Amino acid sequence: MDNSKIRVLVAKPGLDGHDRGAKIVARALRDAGMEVIYTGLRQTAEQIANAAVQEDVDAIGISILSGAHNTIIPRICELLHAEGMDDVLLVVGGIIPDEDIPGLKQAGVSEVFQPGASTQTIVDFIRNKVTSG
Amino acid sequence: MNDNKKAGVEVANEIAHRQPSAGEKRWEEQTLKPALKRSPERQKEFTTLSDVPIDRLYTPADLPEFDYSRDLADPGEYPYTRGIHPTMYRGKIWTMRQFSGFGSPEDTNQRLHYLLKQGQTGLSIAFDLPTLMGYDSDHPLAEGEVGHCGVSVSSLADMETLLAGLPLQQVTTSMTINSPAAIIWAMYLVVAEKSGADWKKISGTTQNDILKEYIAQKEYIYPPAPSMRLVVDTITFGAREVPRWNPISISGYHIREAGSTAVQELAFTLRDGIEYVEWVKRAGMPVDEFAPRLSFFFNAHSDLFEEVAKYRAARKIWARVMRERFGATSPRSWLCRFHTQTAGCSLTAQQPYNNVVRTTLQALAAVLGGTQSLHTNSLDEAWALPTEEAVTIALRTQQVIAHESGVPNTVDPLAGSFFIEKLTLETERACYDYFQKIDAMGGMVPAIEHGYPQKEIHDAAYAFQKEVERKEKIIVGVNDFVSQEERPIKLLVIDDSVARHQVKKLEEVRQKRDNARVHRTLDSLASTAATDANLMPYILECVRAYATVGEMCDVLRKVFGTYEEPAFR
Repeated sequence: MDNSKIRVLVAKPGLDGHDRGAKIVARALRDAGMEVIYTGLRQTAEQIANAAVQEDVDAIGISILSGAHNTIIPRICELLHAEGMDDVLLVVGGIIPDEDIPGLKQAGVSEVFQPGASTQTIVDFIRNKVTSG
Repeated sequence: MNDNKKAGVEVANEIAHRQPSAGEKRWEEQTLKPALKRSPERQKEFTTLSDVPIDRLYTPADLPEFDYSRDLADPGEYPYTRGIHPTMYRGKIWTMRQFSGFGSPEDTNQRLHYLLKQGQTGLSIAFDLPTLMGYDSDHPLAEGEVGHCGVSVSSLADMETLLAGLPLQQVTTSMTINSPAAIIWAMYLVVAEKSGADWKKISGTTQNDILKEYIAQKEYIYPPAPSMRLVVDTITFGAREVPRWNPISISGYHIREAGSTAVQELAFTLRDGIEYVEWVKRAGMPVDEFAPRLSFFFNAHSDLFEEVAKYRAARKIWARVMRERFGATSPRSWLCRFHTQTAGCSLTAQQPYNNVVRTTLQALAAVLGGTQSLHTNSLDEAWALPTEEAVTIALRTQQVIAHESGVPNTVDPLAGSFFIEKLTLETERACYDYFQKIDAMGGMVPAIEHGYPQKEIHDAAYAFQKEVERKEKIIVGVNDFVSQEERPIKLLVIDDSVARHQVKKLEEVRQKRDNARVHRTLDSLASTAATDANLMPYILECVRAYATVGEMCDVLRKVFGTYEEPAFR
């Protein structure tokens, strides 16, 4: 395995099964040369934090479309903090209204990608943050 | 023509090549070529939204073997390409059915009454994710999700509130519920029973299409085989006890939303339909006893002609499959009756008012394609469930098409267009190719277990995303014609008070009900689930005892197990 490869966990928390976005982003990151681990559907915050630790990832991308982000994302942030994984880049994509973004960023999310964001923007953001961080 | 059988239906090996006339050849030389020299076309190739190549011009040369009575026939006659009714919308406008559900049963009940008052002619209920996944509102996994994507229903008490004051014998109600469909349907039936409505007279639809959950929407609970058994149980129970109910709405909508092409949507949906028919037949019910109540649900995406061709091909293929593959003899078994919803995935978060225009064009496609009922999306749905104001504009869009556009005044107005007829033939052809592949895999259940339709859809979704990013496909307001300053719109917010309210009501239900009766009925559900008896009567007994969705699904989880999809590679 190429050790310089950026490792990204793509995760779908909550009960929502709409995985079109998560899978497109996962594939785009792979095509950009990153190592991607996709959790599959309906992962709890605990499962996602554990996977991040186990897989020793540089970044986590969370896809959520159900409107449960204000409940689920802060919990994932707390668990990552408890695991000492504050240096892991956390990004979120999905249906996130503007007014919820400040709260998510305060909880520890680096960036929120709303509907219409291009995969290139996401790839560039992760690469820049991980390699400069 | 070189005939052979594809998926049990006689179809030509290939569509006849175009045979340009002398006149057309002369036109090409004398008129077209000089014109192209003066001003070349905008791009080298033109395609539909789903990347089907589109020619410059369609003429009689494109339909050398076209046969009106074989390929189209008059409306109301086999193979129904032109429509299932002889008069279509001259007789009756399609049913305007706005999908709605949010918050508590009280909230949604109020919205349903409002929609009926605004002239809506059918009801359609959306449930929240905990309900769709078979969890009660107080389950840990329900946290943050109660009432967000639809209405929260945990027990009969919630269903009683949800349907309060609605004329169940007069309106038809569609319920978008899949894994727990038998349970939610049983709740509806018990409410009807208690309100004195006759099961033989009530009508509506439960989506109950589990195959497309594995394929696209991914809200499954149990593995495919026991899930299919539940579907079979509802279809056979319905045929005997609730004869005007559509026990299933075989859905391409979600397949398309997951990123499929138009052809994939059509092929996977109809192949799912074939799968259901095979399973019910295997359970011993003759095809003509249940097939007339099978219904379908398609997406209306943005490429108008591609969509119209899809609907026309759908009717023709289903009629032929039912008659030729299954030997159905009742004409009612041959009909592909369908609901349509405009494409949620085409809505943009940017410049949301443009969504009204998109939805109008998509709704027009559905009407030109002969839909039986229609949902038009609201302009704010890329962001949230719609506000009352937004949903009113969406309903008015249908009313404008119905009463101002003139489109419903004649049957199948696009028939005879060289382009539409060629595209319909091509769509049909491509659909049979998919049927053949899936048949070769042993049917849709094995195909799903191999991840075949999932992979096909993902590849199409990824290709589309790349085309958008390369600006080979333009989405107004997203990758072109972008505005820097945008006016924010008011969104519907579901707050935590809904969850608290629902959890409190659920506690009350658990206290007030006869818990011994609940356990007794759940125990018989468990023991019957392990046999092959029809589960509907047992589910009805649980519902009457106020057992909850979560309790019933837990019983079935124990007997059936749960499903994990094949890993994404």
